[in-house]
Amino acid sequence: MTASAPVIDIRDVSRTYGEGPPALADVTLSVRAGEALAVLGPSGSGKSTLLNLIAGLDRPSTGSVMVDGLHVDELGEAASAKYRRAKIGMVFQFFNLLDDLTVTDNVLLPAQLAGMPRAEARTRAGDLLESLGIDRHARAYPGRLSGGERQRVAVARALMNRPALLLADEPTGALDTASGEDVRELLAELNADGQTIVLVTHDLGLAESCATRTIELVDGRIVRDVATLTVNR
Amino acid sequence: MSALGRVVRAGVGRRRVQTAVMILTTLMAVTASVLAAGLLVASQAPFDHAFAQQHGAHLTGQFDGTKVTAPQLAATAHASGVTAAAGPFRTLSLRPRTTSGSDPLPAGADLPPMTVVGRASAGGPVDDTVLVDGTWATRPGQIVLAYGGLPLRPGAQLTFPDLPGSPTLTVVGVARSVTDTAEAWVAPAQAEALTAQGSTATYEMLYRFRHAGTDAQVAADRAAITAALPRGAMTGSQSYLTVKLQAVANTMAFVPFVAAFGVLGLLLSVLIIGIVVSGAVGAATRRIGILKSLGFTPAQVVRAYVAQALIPAAIGCVLGVVCGDLLAVPVLGDAGSAYGAGSLTVPLWVDVAVPAAALALVACAALAPALRAGRLRTVEAITVGRTPGAGRGRLVRRLTGRLPVPRAVSLGLANPFAHPARSATMAAAVAFGAVTVTFGVGLALTLGAVQSGRMLNSAGSVVVATGGGQQGPPGAQVVHVGGEPDAPKADPAEVTAALRTQKGTRGFYGTTQAQVSASGVTGATTVVAYQGDSSWGAPEMVSGAWLTGPGQAVVSTRFLRAAGIQVGDTVTLTERGRHVSVRIVGEAFFTVGEGMELLTPTSTLAALGLDSQPSRFNVETEPGTDLAGYLASLNASLDPTGAVAFANTSGTSDLIATMDALVGMLTLMLVAVAGLGVLNTVVLDTRDRVHDLGVLKALGMTPRHTVAMVLTSVAAIGLLAGAAGVPIGVALHAHVTPLMGDAAGITLPPSAISVYHLPDLALLALGGLVIALAGALLPAGWAARTGTATALRTE
Repeated sequence: MTASAPVIDIRDVSRTYGEGPPALADVTLSVRAGEALAVLGPSGSGKSTLLNLIAGLDRPSTGSVMVDGLHVDELGEAASAKYRRAKIGMVFQFFNLLDDLTVTDNVLLPAQLAGMPRAEARTRAGDLLESLGIDRHARAYPGRLSGGERQRVAVARALMNRPALLLADEPTGALDTASGEDVRELLAELNADGQTIVLVTHDLGLAESCATRTIELVDGRIVRDVATLTVNR
Repeated sequence: MSALGRVVRAGVGRRRVQTAVMILTTLMAVTASVLAAGLLVASQAPFDHAFAQQHGAHLTGQFDGTKVTAPQLAATAHASGVTAAAGPFRTLSLRPRTTSGSDPLPAGADLPPMTVVGRASAGGPVDDTVLVDGTWATRPGQIVLAYGGLPLRPGAQLTFPDLPGSPTLTVVGVARSVTDTAEAWVAPAQAEALTAQGSTATYEMLYRFRHAGTDAQVAADRAAITAALPRGAMTGSQSYLTVKLQAVANTMAFVPFVAAFGVLGLLLSVLIIGIVVSGAVGAATRRIGILKSLGFTPAQVVRAYVAQALIPAAIGCVLGVVCGDLLAVPVLGDAGSAYGAGSLTVPLWVDVAVPAAALALVACAALAPALRAGRLRTVEAITVGRTPGAGRGRLVRRLTGRLPVPRAVSLGLANPFAHPARSATMAAAVAFGAVTVTFGVGLALTLGAVQSGRMLNSAGSVVVATGGGQQGPPGAQVVHVGGEPDAPKADPAEVTAALRTQKGTRGFYGTTQAQVSASGVTGATTVVAYQGDSSWGAPEMVSGAWLTGPGQAVVSTRFLRAAGIQVGDTVTLTERGRHVSVRIVGEAFFTVGEGMELLTPTSTLAALGLDSQPSRFNVETEPGTDLAGYLASLNASLDPTGAVAFANTSGTSDLIATMDALVGMLTLMLVAVAGLGVLNTVVLDTRDRVHDLGVLKALGMTPRHTVAMVLTSVAAIGLLAGAAGVPIGVALHAHVTPLMGDAAGITLPPSAISVYHLPDLALLALGGLVIALAGALLPAGWAARTGTATALRTE
C-alpha cells in the first residue's frame, strides 16, 4: 500500500435501526494512510455507528465499507474477527481492559488470538510497554493503574498486531485533564510515526491537537470535512 | 396486584430459562418421590386392610397326624404369644378332575393337586374367610373353592379319581382367604370321608400372635408352638409376611430404585434452586438497590426472592404429582383387585405430603440467597452494576496463560476459578448427573442380568421337544384334556442317541416337570426334574451347590422363605399318598414360576410314581456351529422319533420391561435437570462476562473461539465431577439393588450386582463431561452470537 492509498473507503453508506431515522445517511468517506481523522458531532449523530462499521462490528443497511482493500461489509462473523485481529486496533473510552489479566497479559491478547509465536509476542509486548512508558506496570493488574496509564495499556494492546488502522472511541472521555493530555500526546506521536487513526470524540481540543483532518456528523450526515491545523505536533 | 406481587411476577417472567429449570427439577423430584411413596403405601394397603378385616392368620401350620393328636394341636392355642387360634382342621392333598365343562376348563381335565381343608364354617377367630360367591360347604358332597384358584363357579362339579369310588363334589361357593390357608374347603365330615384308607392324617392350625411384625417375631412365635408339640410334628408353616411379600413383591421391587431417584431429584432440586436464586440475587444487585431505595423493606426483598423460587417450584410440584400418579397406575396394576380393593391409586395424603415437603425444601434452599439480598446495603447495591470477580482466580489465569494452548482455551480453563462457589455448585450438578447415569446404567445392566437369568430353560442354543400330551415349558400347568388322543411322546432314549451322534453337539440334558405337594408350601408346587449333566445349564447359584445326585433339590430364595426353610433342610414331596424327602442343597436365582419351582433330578419323580422321562432337551452346540445347518441335520435324524429340534429363544418379562422404561425415563429426566443446572450456571457466568466477551471479540476472538472458551470453562469441571460421581453411583447401585431383590423376595446373584466393568466405568466417567458440554452448548452459542458492539455497551 502506498502512502497515499486510501485505508478506508466508505461509499454511500446508510445504517438504519428498525423504523427510526437513519443513524447514518448516505455517508461517503475516504481516509488515506497516515491520516488522523477526528469524527466530531453531538450525541446520537452517528459517530459510534461509523466507528462500528469500520471495525466490522456492524453492517451498513446500504453502501459499502472497504478497509485496507477488504470489503468489511461482506465479512461473516469469523472473518470479521480475523479482520479486526489483522487490521484494526481499538481504544475505548473506558479502556475495556480485562480486570483479571495483568497488563502484559492484556497486551498479549491480540497476538495470542492471532497465533503470533510466543517469544515474538512477548518481545513485542515488552517493546510496546517500554515505548509507552508503562513497562514498570507489566505485572500489575489494571485496577491498580491510573486512568491515563490504563489508556496507555489499551493503546499498547491496540498496537500489538501492528494494525493498519487505529480506532479510538472517546479515548480521553473518562480521563482527568492531565491524563487526557498524556493520551493526546501519545496519539499525536503515533500519527507522527505514520499510524493511521480514526478518532471519535466530543473534545474539540483533542481533535485539533491530534487530527490531520476533521469531519463533523449531524443526524447521520457529514456536515463538515476539513483539514486540521495541529498546533501541538 | 401489590407492589411485591408485581416484583415477583416480573422476576419470574424475566428469567425464563431459570424458571423452566426450576419447574423441571421439582417436577422430576416430585414425580419420583410421589411414585416411590405411593407404591410403598398403596401396594400394601389392600393386604393390610383385608388382613385386619379378616383376622388373617399370622402363621399357618401343617402337622403330621402320626406324630401329634388333634387335642395336642388344640392345646397350642394357649402357647406363649398366641392370641387366637383356629383348628385343628383336617387337610388333604387331592387331584381333582373336572366333570362339567366351562369356558376355561373343559370336562375331563386332570388338574394339579390341591390342598383341601375340612372346616365347619367360613368365619372364626382366625382367617375369617369372605364368601365371594355362593354359600359355605356344610353338607357332604359340597366343596368351596379359594378365590383366584380354579376358574369354576358354584354348580360346577369335581371328581377325585384317585380316591376309592371316585367321589364327586359340587362347588357351592367361592371364598377368599387373605393368607391363602387352603385351595378348597369341605365340611369336616366330608374331609374324613375323603381321607383314603391307610393314608396319613394331616392337620392345619391357624394362629394369631401378640407380636408378629417381623420375620424374627413370627419365627419366635413358631418356635414356641413347635416346643409345645412332639418333635417333627410340624411339617411346614407359612408366615403371613411371606404371603404379603408374594402379593406385593412385584410392586415393592420398584420402591428402592424409584426412592433413590426421588432422593437424588430432591437433592438436585435444592442445589439447582440454590444456584438459580443465588444467581438471581448476584445478577440483580442494582435492582435490589432500586427496590430498597423505593421503600422495600429487607423482609419484603427476602419474600420476593423466596416467592420467585416457590412459584415455579409449585408448578413443578403440581405437574410432578400428576405424573407420579399416572406412572403409578400401570405399576400398581391389579395389585388391589386380589383383595377386592379395586384398582389402586396413590393415596391423597401422599399427593399432599410429598409436594409440601418439596416446597419446604425449596423455600429453605432459596432462603439463604434471599436473606443475602435482604441484607444488601442500599447505597452499595445501587452503585453496583454487576458483580465483579473480586480478583479471584488471577493466579490461575496467569498460570493457564502460559500453557501451550490457544488463548481461548487457556482463558476458558481459568474461568471456573473466578467464581469458585458457582463452579462448585455446577460441579455438584454434574456429579449428580454422573451419579444418576452410573446408577441408571447399572440398574439397566442388573435388570438385563435378571432378565437373562430368570428363566430355567434358556440354557443352550437348541431345544428338542419330545412331544406328547405332557409337553410344556417348565412352570406351565399341565392339563390333560379329554377328547382327541395326545400325540405319542418320542422315546427319550432315541432322542438321546440322536443327539449323541449329531455332529456339533457339545452337551445336553433333559427335563420334565410335574406338580406335586411340597411340605410348607400351600398349593401345588411345580417340580422341574433334570436328567443328565445339567451343570452347564444350571441357574446361577446364590448359595450351596447345584444338583449332583438323587435326593437333592435346588430352590430359589422365595421358596425358602415361603417354606420357612434354609439350605440343608429337607422338603417332603407328596403325590397320591407317596412321600419323598429331598434335601435342599442349593439356593439358585430364577424368577420363572414366581420363583416357587423346585429343581431336582428325575429320580425324584420316579420315586413319586410320576413319569420321569424327559419331555425336553436343552442342547449346547460346539462353538462355531452353523445353527441352521445343525437344526436341519438334527431334525432329519429326529424325524422318525417324532421329536422336534428348534432354536432356543427366551421370552421377556413385562415387569422388567416396565422397570427398564421407568429407569430410563427417570435417568433421562435427572440428567436433563443436571444439564439444565449447568446451562443455568453458564448463562449466569456468560451474562457476567458479556462485557469481557465484547472486548475479546473486538480484539479478534472468532465465534468458534468463543464457543471453545465457554465449553473449555466447563470441561474440566465436567471431567472431575464425572469422575467423582461414578464411584458414588456404583456405591448407590450396590446398596439399592440388593434392596430391590429383598423387596421382591429374591436374592440377586453377585453377577447381577457387580455389573460394572472397567471400560464401562471409563465411559461413565466421561458422562460428566458430556453433561457439562451439553449444558454449556446453548449459552456458548449465545455468547458466540452476541453482538460485539452490544456486549461492549453492557455494564
